Amino acid sequence: MKVFKLITRNTWRHPLRTTLTVLGLAIAVTAFCVIRTTIDAWYSDSRATSPNILITLNRVSLVFTVPMSSIEKVKRVEGVKAVSYAAWFGGTYIDPKNFFAKFIVDHNTYFDLYPQWVVPPDQMEAFKKERNAVIVGRKLADRFGWKLGDVVRIVGDIYPGNWDYVIRGIYTGAKEGSNELNWFARYDYVDERMREIAPSRAGQLGWLIIQIDDPSKAAVMSKEIDNLFVNSSAETKTQTEEAFALSFVEMSGTIISGLRIVSILVIGVILLVLANTMAMTARERIREYAVLKTLGFLPRHLIGLIVGESIMIAGAGGVVGLLLTAFAVIPLLETALSDFLPVVRLTPLTLILGVGSALVVGFLAAVFPTAQAVRTSIVDGLRMLD
Amino acid sequence: MPLLVSYSLKNAFARKLTGTLTVAGIALVVFVFCAVLMLANGLEQTLADTGSDKNVIAVRKSANTELVSILVRADADIIKSDPAIVREADGTPRFTGEVLALIGLAKKSDSNIVNVNVRGGSAASFLVRPAVKIVQGRAYRPGSSEIIVGSKVAKGYWGAGQGEHLTFGGRDWTIVGVFEAAGSGFESEVWVDCDQLGAAFNWPTFSSLTFQIAPGTDFVALKNRLESDQRLTVEIMPEREYYRKQSASFTTFIKVLGMFIAIVFSLGAVVGAMITMYGAVANRTIEIGTLRALGFGRSSVLFAFLAESLFISGVGGLIGIALASLLRFLEISTTNFDTFAEIAFSFKMSPQIALQAIIFSLLMGLIGGFLPAVRAARVRIVDALKAR
Repeated sequence: MKVFKLITRNTWRHPLRTTLTVLGLAIAVTAFCVIRTTIDAWYSDSRATSPNILITLNRVSLVFTVPMSSIEKVKRVEGVKAVSYAAWFGGTYIDPKNFFAKFIVDHNTYFDLYPQWVVPPDQMEAFKKERNAVIVGRKLADRFGWKLGDVVRIVGDIYPGNWDYVIRGIYTGAKEGSNELNWFARYDYVDERMREIAPSRAGQLGWLIIQIDDPSKAAVMSKEIDNLFVNSSAETKTQTEEAFALSFVEMSGTIISGLRIVSILVIGVILLVLANTMAMTARERIREYAVLKTLGFLPRHLIGLIVGESIMIAGAGGVVGLLLTAFAVIPLLETALSDFLPVVRLTPLTLILGVGSALVVGFLAAVFPTAQAVRTSIVDGLRMLD
Repeated sequence: MPLLVSYSLKNAFARKLTGTLTVAGIALVVFVFCAVLMLANGLEQTLADTGSDKNVIAVRKSANTELVSILVRADADIIKSDPAIVREADGTPRFTGEVLALIGLAKKSDSNIVNVNVRGGSAASFLVRPAVKIVQGRAYRPGSSEIIVGSKVAKGYWGAGQGEHLTFGGRDWTIVGVFEAAGSGFESEVWVDCDQLGAAFNWPTFSSLTFQIAPGTDFVALKNRLESDQRLTVEIMPEREYYRKQSASFTTFIKVLGMFIAIVFSLGAVVGAMITMYGAVANRTIEIGTLRALGFGRSSVLFAFLAESLFISGVGGLIGIALASLLRFLEISTTNFDTFAEIAFSFKMSPQIALQAIIFSLLMGLIGGFLPAVRAARVRIVDALKAR
């Protein structure tokens, strides 16, 4: 216990230096947590998926379509409970900067397969009655200040022309942290116009959404469904909803790995700072350590003193960093990113890793000064000036 | 003054370990700072160089990328007849209609399936892009199921080398050649005969029209002429500008992210520099007193310590820049948000980035060294000399 007191006293011998070091550590831990939280947010859509949903798209890539006629074939596969479909609409709302995900979906079945989007019954009814009706997420509506009944014009690209939509529904997520940034318009409205202006593109779907009764059969059924379309003009690739969502995340795989490297480098920067502090401290106290040795302190006592001090500073930095992250930076980040990433949430794992890396840094920073203190003989230590 | 400067420089590394650790910290921060900017610059340059100053591209109005642009054959016939277009000796315009599609290929680095551009072009596609050179095998024969692949595709994906086969659009395509394109974005593409690709996918349309205009052509007049043509719904852009725009989302994203990272990292490094400099001041109180007693003024002492801090951070900055320069040998590949297609590029250093990095590092030294230098300047001679 006395050793502990000694460590505490030692830590505060240079209040300014210690404060600066703790501050540096706190910033690094905060940065580490922020980067990890951002990466987690990227994956949030893939985590919100359901295991009994399969997605079928054109084998070549997502710019190619699946014909409407495939639905009936898929429905006949044993174990398929329901089939719906959707497509990516693209398009621009006023300015390309106002990007958000716009889907066109089958108004009769789509929302049955996605119970996580909750739409009030009267709004759902209105959506089903009107061809140019659209249901938008609550956060998306907030972002642009849309209210029920507002008319919103989208300038199409994949589906050329101007498209005027009436907001007939605002959905909320069933669970906290659901993606409330989507736009779901009716497929039949778009298809009707394509029939007029580009008949070859009518009846073409982006992907099928297939509900199956037993998630454990997902792999077998995926193969079975793909086999239906082998050698047809639109061969398919069927995968679980999670794999589908992950394939989008993986497109940014290089950036995500880059971010992971950066989150480690920030720990590296702070390791250098703490190592510097500990090296200066140990250097100043070489005479003192020699005195302690003369008094009968063994190397392990010195190791305990130096490592203990280093870990105490690191731990303090870690804790301050966590408090900063949880109560100041994450709420800020949530507001800043809310228009782009649906869910920004700090996970316990991130917190543990943040503090953990601070403690590891504390240990590593003490290695060199400790070795020096232990190695210096009493005579050399006492002779040391400065 | 020279005396003080040499005093500062010698002191900077009087404490080897401390000095080295501080320099290393700043070098690491500058390295990350440069790496981020080089990444954004690499993509921007690669895409900008994909376009040529001589060429003009037409896409469907309000389509930001070729991928979502659809132009019919009649559009091509109207534009093709514009007098501004360069003509070959036999009178055919130097003009190519192209169709762009995405196919999934498995990356060698992680076996993930990513989207790769397939460009259906014509013989004129090579004429308007003289940088494209076949380096292995030969060009595809029009009217056949033959394709050629960019060098980055051949290198980066499974089953995409010379002599191998790719399957898409219900056909088996033979890779008969590999081409380079001066490091531009085309090297990340697969090229094929436009009519064959259109037939395979049942797409009788074009995504974009690219043509060379005669030197001295009034571009604005051309743009107005074609865009105001009642029969057309097109947008006309210089090819270079069109491709540069394709990097906008990615570079903005990387730069914003990079600024955040640079600021946070630099706070760490500034703290490090501050600790070192406060330590230096504390250790040298007697020296400071001696200097003052010899007649050096407070501002000289302030200057000496600031110079030491700037020197340390400057050395760190140079090391960081040197390390970051090595990154240019590293090639990376990522999906471009704007085009949805995978593109390979390298980190690219530029004089601006180096300059920004050195300013950034000196700024860290200045901020980190300022308060300690002020403390040094305020030391009173009497206190200093009896410090021990």
